[in-house]
Amino acid sequence: MNNRSLVLKLLSAVIVFGAWEIAGRIPVSYAFPTFIESMKALYTMVVDGSLFQAYAETLKPLIIGVLISAVLGIIIGLWIGLSEWFDWLFSPIFIVMQAAPLAALIPLLVMIYGIGLTSKVFVVCIMAMPVIVLNTSSAVRNTPSSFIEMGTSFLANRWEVLFKIIIPAASPVIFSGLRLGVSAGFIGAILSELKITPTGVGDIITYSRSIADYASMYAAIFSIIVLAVVFLNLLEMLERVLFEGNVRGYASD
Amino acid sequence: MLQTNALAEDTVLTQTDNAVSVSGVSKNYGEVEALKNLTLDFPRGQLTSLLGPSGCGKTTLLKIIAGLLEPTEGKILVNGSPVTGPGEDRAFVFQDFALLPWASVIRNVAFGLELRGVAKSEREDIANKYIKEVGLEGFEKSFPHELSGGMRQRVGLARALSVDADVLLMDEPFSAVDEQTRRKFQEDLLALVANENKTFIFVTHSIEEAVYVSDQIAILLPRPSRVADIIRPTGLREKDVASIRRDSEYLDIVDEIWASLKSYVE
Repeated sequence: MNNRSLVLKLLSAVIVFGAWEIAGRIPVSYAFPTFIESMKALYTMVVDGSLFQAYAETLKPLIIGVLISAVLGIIIGLWIGLSEWFDWLFSPIFIVMQAAPLAALIPLLVMIYGIGLTSKVFVVCIMAMPVIVLNTSSAVRNTPSSFIEMGTSFLANRWEVLFKIIIPAASPVIFSGLRLGVSAGFIGAILSELKITPTGVGDIITYSRSIADYASMYAAIFSIIVLAVVFLNLLEMLERVLFEGNVRGYASD
Repeated sequence: MLQTNALAEDTVLTQTDNAVSVSGVSKNYGEVEALKNLTLDFPRGQLTSLLGPSGCGKTTLLKIIAGLLEPTEGKILVNGSPVTGPGEDRAFVFQDFALLPWASVIRNVAFGLELRGVAKSEREDIANKYIKEVGLEGFEKSFPHELSGGMRQRVGLARALSVDADVLLMDEPFSAVDEQTRRKFQEDLLALVANENKTFIFVTHSIEEAVYVSDQIAILLPRPSRVADIIRPTGLREKDVASIRRDSEYLDIVDEIWASLKSYVE
């Protein structure tokens, strides 16, 4: 079973990379390098260390932003899910935030917070937080009422109902919100480096495009995707450790 | 041994031989009167069924006794003291089992004790005992989704038994299991009533089930809910569990109840 899913994963990787290679060789566009060229460029960047320097820069707003979004997002989401009043007060903000065209807001953020780390963290948060908040609150609201009734009848106090019933019951949806939030956070981090000041990986993309080194540009984009996948897998492992009983075959393997 | 215990308790508690007594309870949901001025006593150590057509408020009454709902008017006494909320003297068995899907059987069974702050090793010992008693030995580490409906309700029953409450409140506990499992459950329930010195309050919509398991049947009629009749089968408890359904008293009571309920069923 496990072996088969590994084979399927490898197969899908071969198909995607193969298509990339072929598209690069035709070529579909002058600005589209082959897979092998891109991997060579990636190798060069890894060897000379420029990729790690870039990530040291990019990961700062990303990690700070994702952590803030996760902690604050889950707390606010729990609150919104538990209190109708809080729901009425705060839900609209996050719904608007989720729908807002972020690129258009960036100049505003830069005017207020400058071009430094703060603005970039804000961009990551605006991308990542709404989906975490909205997922958490709807999961909390959908806790089966019979679980809560059961807890109450067996003398659970409010905190026990929250920590032993509501949060575990909501955790699968909270985690899927976190996964979406982390993915959105990656988009936010790169977007901020493209739109605010070119630093880190955003700088590699901008610079290599400006000198028509498309292989390096695609190598940088590829590295972001790989990192995002690694992040998401780590998150899934965390879920398995925290909520063992949740893994009932729904989680992707 | 059990008999002498029961006798000794009877002499001590001659005045309050009702484990639960409900007096003048009304419950309104806005304009709707779910229960109106309902008075009913539940004798200690016996099983009382609440039977009636759907919408007659039997589950509402059970949840009010459990302390999960507050009555608009009236008073409930459990062992002589008024109910203000859920308490250690009552345990609930849910129609939909209400098992925590992320928790193993043993954690589910021990959950009531966990909430009461009993130490882990102690509550697992107690839980193991009741898991064995309901016939789920070997499934301690299983999760609810791995069990059949009947087994899940056994977990729910073990959870309610493990907190050792005086009063067991059962809300249509067998309605979500298949017919054969239900028959087995009903037999087991009779044994449980005989062996455990507990008071059972049992909500059901099945006339046959109510007559089969009950010492006392309260017939509730709807809109607003009231106690229409109280029936106490006299000769059924001494009968062998296998022959009750052929007993003439059993058949008569079933017919009688159906005749009185028929006009309320749409």
